[in-house]
Amino acid sequence: MIGPMTLRFEGKTMSLRSLRAVAAAAVIGLGALAGAGGALAAGGEGAQEGGAHHTPQPPMQKWTFWGPFGKFDPAQLQRGFKIYKEVCSSCHSLSLVSFRNLMEPGGLGFNEGQARAIANEYEVQDGPNDQGEMFTRKARLSDAFPKAFPNEQAARAANGGAYPPDFSLLAKARTYERGFPWFLWDIFAQYQEQGPDYIHALLVGYEEPPAGATPAAANLHYNKYFPNHWIAMAKPIQDGQVEYTDGTPTTVDQYGKDVAAFMMWAAEPHLAARKATGFVVLIWLLVFGSLVYLVKKRIWAGAKPKPIA
Amino acid sequence: MQGHSTYQPKSGLAKWFESRLPIVGLVHSSAVAYPVPRNLNYFWTFGGILVFMLVAQILTGVVLAMHYTPEATKAFASVEKIMRDVNYGWLLRYLHANGASMFFIAVYIHIFRGMYYGSYKAPREILWILGVLIFLLMMATAFMGYVLPWGQMSFWGATVITNLFSAIPGVGQAVVTWLWGGFSVDNPTLNRFFALHYLLPFMIAGVVVLHIWALHHVGQNNPTGVEVKDFRKDTLPFTPYATIKDGFALVCFIAFFAWFVFYIPNYLGHADNYIEANPLVTPAHIVPEWYFLPFYAILRAIPSKLGGVLFMFGAIAVLFVLPWLDTSKVRSAKYRPMFKIFFWIFVADAVILGWLGSKPAEEPYITYARIATAWYFIHFLIVIPVLGRIEKTKPLPASIAESVLGPSGGHSFPAGAAASPETKG
Repeated sequence: MIGPMTLRFEGKTMSLRSLRAVAAAAVIGLGALAGAGGALAAGGEGAQEGGAHHTPQPPMQKWTFWGPFGKFDPAQLQRGFKIYKEVCSSCHSLSLVSFRNLMEPGGLGFNEGQARAIANEYEVQDGPNDQGEMFTRKARLSDAFPKAFPNEQAARAANGGAYPPDFSLLAKARTYERGFPWFLWDIFAQYQEQGPDYIHALLVGYEEPPAGATPAAANLHYNKYFPNHWIAMAKPIQDGQVEYTDGTPTTVDQYGKDVAAFMMWAAEPHLAARKATGFVVLIWLLVFGSLVYLVKKRIWAGAKPKPIA
Repeated sequence: MQGHSTYQPKSGLAKWFESRLPIVGLVHSSAVAYPVPRNLNYFWTFGGILVFMLVAQILTGVVLAMHYTPEATKAFASVEKIMRDVNYGWLLRYLHANGASMFFIAVYIHIFRGMYYGSYKAPREILWILGVLIFLLMMATAFMGYVLPWGQMSFWGATVITNLFSAIPGVGQAVVTWLWGGFSVDNPTLNRFFALHYLLPFMIAGVVVLHIWALHHVGQNNPTGVEVKDFRKDTLPFTPYATIKDGFALVCFIAFFAWFVFYIPNYLGHADNYIEANPLVTPAHIVPEWYFLPFYAILRAIPSKLGGVLFMFGAIAVLFVLPWLDTSKVRSAKYRPMFKIFFWIFVADAVILGWLGSKPAEEPYITYARIATAWYFIHFLIVIPVLGRIEKTKPLPASIAESVLGPSGGHSFPAGAAASPETKG
């Protein structure tokens, strides 16, 4: 979005010579540090071998919500929601999402009636009433999804000491290290889907532990993509477990994609509006910036000296 | 400086007002008639960009404060409320969070530009010191702002940084308790950080006024580092020349800003900060925001806690005395071939320190960080004082005008180019 700008450096375009001086200085600086450190690192590396097994990077998936025109696929979100409802919600809460969110534009695409019908399937606690008693009633659109457990202690007690994290923000709260130079590339490629990629990888990453690998505690399960590999959650979903009515394959791979997309929506419900607004803003800035540049050129033309007639 | 008091009120009301409060004349002399060197390059547009960023942060911040709850059990949820339920709340918050990063990108370019062209040298020492003071206030403001969402990195970042004060001999722990308002980072800490985060930007604005005042008193430096000699030849009026150039640069900068806000709004943040603060769970790596990383690397490079704190603050303190460390008579690196090389080594060193600050405190990174920290201080305390004495500088142009146009024989400037530019073009 730079437009037709020529960056003037020291009053003229940067010369090849000064560029070379800059490059040389940078190389000297980096080289000195890398050389000194590399020598020291070589001595210490051997000792670190044989430690924890290397965690592979989650494979990147194709997401409809990637990129400048990204938006959620309502059908995919509905499938992901179905998985959440039938499988995940027995342990994982979704406390920041309300039933009314299900009918908001840019999301699952339910209409008001459908959202009300879904809310009606849930019971929430309300009160106190006139007698001072708490009571349960059917959920309304304005209610948040009820929690899977009344409190953290109850959740831990039911899950062998582990606390199943709330799903509301998990797609933004999980990531993995991209490393140099990829973290720079990501700025231009707009890669912000580390969370969904990781969630999908985690669901397909359950496998037999390699020979000799033992868990730090009982009741832990081996997962290829989980940091340190031993995760408290058992493989949560199997092929064919959740029925799809739209012909989408009912595989763990597909479930992983669908539930990760749903979780991304839960974490960032205004994503589609954000990206659509951004495109208009950037186009506007491009046009406005070009006009300002032309005005700038015209004004500065007046600053040039004229030969004496 | 010349360029003062060219404002002539025309209408009767304007004359009446100006004779009682000459504020229109003040604005006119500082933003219209103010003479700027004609050879300024685009690195000189970042002052205007920084003013814009300060105003943008204050405006978005004030609106966010209307929806935010500075209470430890409600803060995280109130930020999510802003993201989900406040109209365009997501935009406000992403503008504000990314705006902090943009502010620092601009200020680092601004500071490095000052170093490259020797803008801190006489008579601009006070101007430079005020700038370093703004930088310090910005760091304090940004640090406290990052605590407010009350995520894991907010909480643990606050814990690590406030704990630094415990290194003060004797009274350290008492100071930390006083800062926290208790015996750990908790609700009282959040309350006071919110109050200070709201206050400090206005203190920054105050110092910015002094910074601009000092600038307009001594005049701008320029890429040659040669002082303005003939206003008619060497300078142009701020408006329209600098106004339109700054405006264009600002639009480009806003486009860069918008790319982050709309497409990669969480790129510069930490995933851990989307987990609510939990005093019982320490994140695997506690990492500050990217703009603190070089200083964080210096802090961790020193084996003693007190030493680390002293070196970290020393890394900023040394900037205050830079005008007196530099012994060179020549300002601009353009005419200082050796300084130019060392300047870029210093830039590389700062970038390397930033990278090391993001790495865990283990070998080989600790050794790298010690080398890079040593170089940081060697650059200021040895290289800069010595270079000024031994360096053979290139000949300076006779004037700014000559540097732009070459030794001008038979050329003259249009009469009144500086006085009435609005009639041109």
